[in-house]
Amino acid sequence: MYDLIIVGAGPAGITASIYAARKRMNFLVITGNIGGQTLWTTNIENYTGYQFITGAELVQKFIEQLEQSRVQLRQGEKVLSIKKESETLKVTTDKAAYEARAIVIASGKIPRKLGIPGEEEYRNKGVAYCAACDAPLFSGMDVAVAGGGNSALDATLQLVNIARRIHLIDASPRFKADPVMIEKIESSDKVAVYHAASIERIYGDSFVRGLTVSQAGKSFELPVQGLFVEIGYMPASDFDSDISRNAYGEIMVNCNSQTSVPGLFAAGDVTDVSAKQIIVACGEGAKATIAAFSYLERQAAKQEAL
Amino acid sequence: MSIKVYSTATCPFCTMAKNYFKKNNITFENIDVGNDPQQAQEMINKSGQMGVPVIDIDGTLIIGFDQQAIEKALKPAPAEKK
Repeated sequence: MYDLIIVGAGPAGITASIYAARKRMNFLVITGNIGGQTLWTTNIENYTGYQFITGAELVQKFIEQLEQSRVQLRQGEKVLSIKKESETLKVTTDKAAYEARAIVIASGKIPRKLGIPGEEEYRNKGVAYCAACDAPLFSGMDVAVAGGGNSALDATLQLVNIARRIHLIDASPRFKADPVMIEKIESSDKVAVYHAASIERIYGDSFVRGLTVSQAGKSFELPVQGLFVEIGYMPASDFDSDISRNAYGEIMVNCNSQTSVPGLFAAGDVTDVSAKQIIVACGEGAKATIAAFSYLERQAAKQEAL
Repeated sequence: MSIKVYSTATCPFCTMAKNYFKKNNITFENIDVGNDPQQAQEMINKSGQMGVPVIDIDGTLIIGFDQQAIEKALKPAPAEKK
């Protein structure tokens, strides 16, 4: 049994790990990837110590620091449930099961999905969630972008130089993005904008061939070979557990990183912390391990008193 | 052993995959499919994927940066050291 299991390895999880290593805790890190949302962040100008750094570079620095401490890392695992049985916390993933006395959940946020037919089936077969990664593969093709915020407009502008025609499908009546970006979109003759429209399904053969779009009570088919989903992020908190979450699915924590379940702590973007920032996530990760460490000390003292 | 990394310049997981091979002194060929439509098509035909990275280790295709899958694919023959 571990003292501590840390779920996630973005800024919060990595910082939590560095603190756990320094406290010589017997701990394990379980994560899908290392870096989380920071990997996709292009320019960072508000992380103290760096006037400018890219997300990928900052993650590289994090990894270097993590490698200084011998961390047991399970990468590419998805946590399915976290349950407390008497004083033991049980973590079940898609590959194995683990036990710990305390847990820090720092699973962050993941791209929000449309939740429509064809989305899973055509993932990486035309449906993409990372314009920076996959846009170059759609050279000369007709594509669609779902969303109406800065990230959707940013993806569209990246595609303007690559694709033949871009259909930007926004669920809202108007964009929720920076005016500078809206102007660029509206002045491009390659972009067709659909407001108050929704994508009903994605169809194709081996790859995406088109979308069914509904707007103003009418449905029509839009032949495209790609769909970039850019409708924001959601907390990665969909595992089975008794912890309290708010209406957005964020794990509720108090100012000491404690969740509603004793021994279960949480940090960073997966929580209801007010600021979703890299530097805040790092601080919250540090706080969570310190709180978990104190909790374990108190538990040990209680055991001794018995 | 022949290793190909199909990537784009701006994709973080491609960079992580390439860094992994570099760190372990494993020779690989980087194919920037963003600049080479013919290679992009080859990647799509081979993998059925329109997403990068795709890693080809002696014919074993790995989708995304999956370190465990890479290590498994490397195992049968010991990694070629520079």
